[in-house]
Amino acid sequence: MGTTKKTKQETMALSGDEAVAYAAKQSDVDVVAAYPITPQTIIVEKFSEYVANGEVQTEFVCTESEHSALATCLAASATGARTFTASASAGLALMHEMLFVASGCRTPIVMAIANRALSAPLNIHGDQSDSMAERDSGWIQLYVENAQEAYDSVIQAFKIAEDTNVMLPVIVGLDGFTLSHTLENVEVLPDETVLDFIGKRELPNVLTHEGKTVPFKLDPDTPMTMGPIALPNYYFEFKRQQEEAMKNALKLIKEVNSKYARVSGRSYGDGLIECYRLEDADVATVCVGSTAGTMKETVDEMRQEGFKVGLLRLRTFRPLPVEELRSALENVKAIGVMDKSMSFGGEGGAVFHEIRHVIYDAEKHPQIIDYIYGLGGRDSSPRELRRVYEDLLSTLNVGHAKKKINYIGLRE
Amino acid sequence: MTSQEWKFTNKEIADKPDLFLSGHRACAGCAPATALRLIMKATRGPTIVTEATGCMEVVSSIYPYTSWGLPWLHTAFETAAANASGIEAALKILRKKGKIQDRHVDVIALAGDGGTYDIGLQALSGAVERGHDFLFVLYDNEGYMNTGIQRSGGTPKGAATTTSPAGTVVPGKLERKKPISEIMLAHEIEYVATASTYYWRDLVSKVRKGLEVEGPAFLHVFAPCPRGWRTDPAKSIEYSKLAVETCVFPVWEAIKGKRQLSIPSKMFALAPQKKKPITEYLQGQGRFRHLFAPKNAELLAEMQLTTDERWAQLLKKCEPI
Repeated sequence: MGTTKKTKQETMALSGDEAVAYAAKQSDVDVVAAYPITPQTIIVEKFSEYVANGEVQTEFVCTESEHSALATCLAASATGARTFTASASAGLALMHEMLFVASGCRTPIVMAIANRALSAPLNIHGDQSDSMAERDSGWIQLYVENAQEAYDSVIQAFKIAEDTNVMLPVIVGLDGFTLSHTLENVEVLPDETVLDFIGKRELPNVLTHEGKTVPFKLDPDTPMTMGPIALPNYYFEFKRQQEEAMKNALKLIKEVNSKYARVSGRSYGDGLIECYRLEDADVATVCVGSTAGTMKETVDEMRQEGFKVGLLRLRTFRPLPVEELRSALENVKAIGVMDKSMSFGGEGGAVFHEIRHVIYDAEKHPQIIDYIYGLGGRDSSPRELRRVYEDLLSTLNVGHAKKKINYIGLRE
Repeated sequence: MTSQEWKFTNKEIADKPDLFLSGHRACAGCAPATALRLIMKATRGPTIVTEATGCMEVVSSIYPYTSWGLPWLHTAFETAAANASGIEAALKILRKKGKIQDRHVDVIALAGDGGTYDIGLQALSGAVERGHDFLFVLYDNEGYMNTGIQRSGGTPKGAATTTSPAGTVVPGKLERKKPISEIMLAHEIEYVATASTYYWRDLVSKVRKGLEVEGPAFLHVFAPCPRGWRTDPAKSIEYSKLAVETCVFPVWEAIKGKRQLSIPSKMFALAPQKKKPITEYLQGQGRFRHLFAPKNAELLAEMQLTTDERWAQLLKKCEPI
């Protein structure tokens, strides 16, 4: 976090979910469509209260499924509305089909995901299997470390999603229960500051089939066919454009992070990654989400003991900040990747694969070891996390990893 | 809902510019395409259409071409009603906030039988329960024709499709057609109606009535598919007439739960002797050809019986003529 504070802010005691709801409230969302699911439910409950008490001017649509929730958001967004939803686990999995349609239709929906394990067996607790499984759905994915960042990131997400050079939906992932249900002190900006920061939704101008240049939305005055069928002669170009939008997002996320810092005094690394005592580190872990908090404590503790350890928190998982990750990690001798999801049969979790991919083009090739942990909400104690660093340090002595894929806190 | 009986003249309809435009890629003899053209003639002002995946979506929106003269959105197979919910919710709040023009915009959701009876039923039931102001139009060609003629919940008993073929042991689809309009009526919405493509004036009037309702309205349009039914493309409209004349597909409307037979079907209630046997409708349809084999005589007789029973039940449910 940065230090310059320009705007007077109020401190509120909010859980991660409440912080998300509060941010959505301040973002002047036009349409919210959602379906309840633990551990996201507090978000929509809180938002319903805002609606019931007239604190927001929002159409709240309680749909009969998550699939319909996203379809409703998509259509509302296509009609020009600022839209928000929230989900988790099975709910996100049910949305799977619509995730691709939403990104393909270039609808800038913001969705909070209170990350939770997927069935079976049924489990309501936190891990990141749900949104990691949606890696290729064309959504921007931001993962937060605490309730404060959940609040800040939802506000930033609207700014990123709705940018006319991006026009992509954004997932803000917060760890289920660890963040969603845990009360923290959260500094909130005044309503007008948030509104001023996000601005009103701008629509890009597009060329219609009639050769007219019109705003990109469903409007009887400027008829437009949205969500058409594209055959092999055009489909590919649509997909290529989405990739271009992701590239634009990479740049914009950084800009939004610094702009937000000027307003709030808070920033999260460069918006893409956050490096913690990494400059001279021999070994480092790569974390996604709230575990980074515990890891930072561990780093401080071990630094005091003279170990050169560091941390990289991957905040933006999609688009993947390949260059930033590479330059931050290539001088480390051993990297421990913390994966809170599994890719069955894939030799390691999703983040592990990404980091290995990033390092392939680096001049130096540090050891990269995967540590799969916390599935189904299993707690990982500071002592267990410390062992990750100890394991990495021992790798330096031996010269190679004992095991490439490790499971933390698992009965084996 | 006004009690006014909508009577569009031929001239009015002919004069109104098309909003479902020519140049689409529908098959020769496609009744759903004819029905859509008529449905769009009934729009009354600014309108947004959303459509489920299906024949009519595919034939009308091949990028970079379109047959839609009004704003149109497609997202997926099961989402027509959920999309309509989103459009309606957005219009409502954007208007309230002064972000769009202060005027009413009609919302029409279109889906085939697959997108209504089967995969889209949950979203439809949900949207209707929530009371969104939109008209849902089901164009029923009694099967998944776009994917190559598979059975749906709307396929009638006895019909051969590629997933309910008439084999040596199984005589086509064994299950009855789902009573979708009864299901929609049970949602206690203000307007539910059935229409058949041949009776174009009845169809167009019902679209307009459905649009005039404040809240959800449901219109079930019977629209033959010559490819899927294995019928002469020149006879699609004739079959849509025969379905009514045999009481296989009676046309009616229910306003605030009060159901009335519409004129084309009322005739057969008043003069039952004019009601045609179902064989007149089934004959010539390739999908029912096997029913005329001697071994299926019993099934054919049963289908007549079922049609008669359903018709008798319907008469009981309707307001006295």
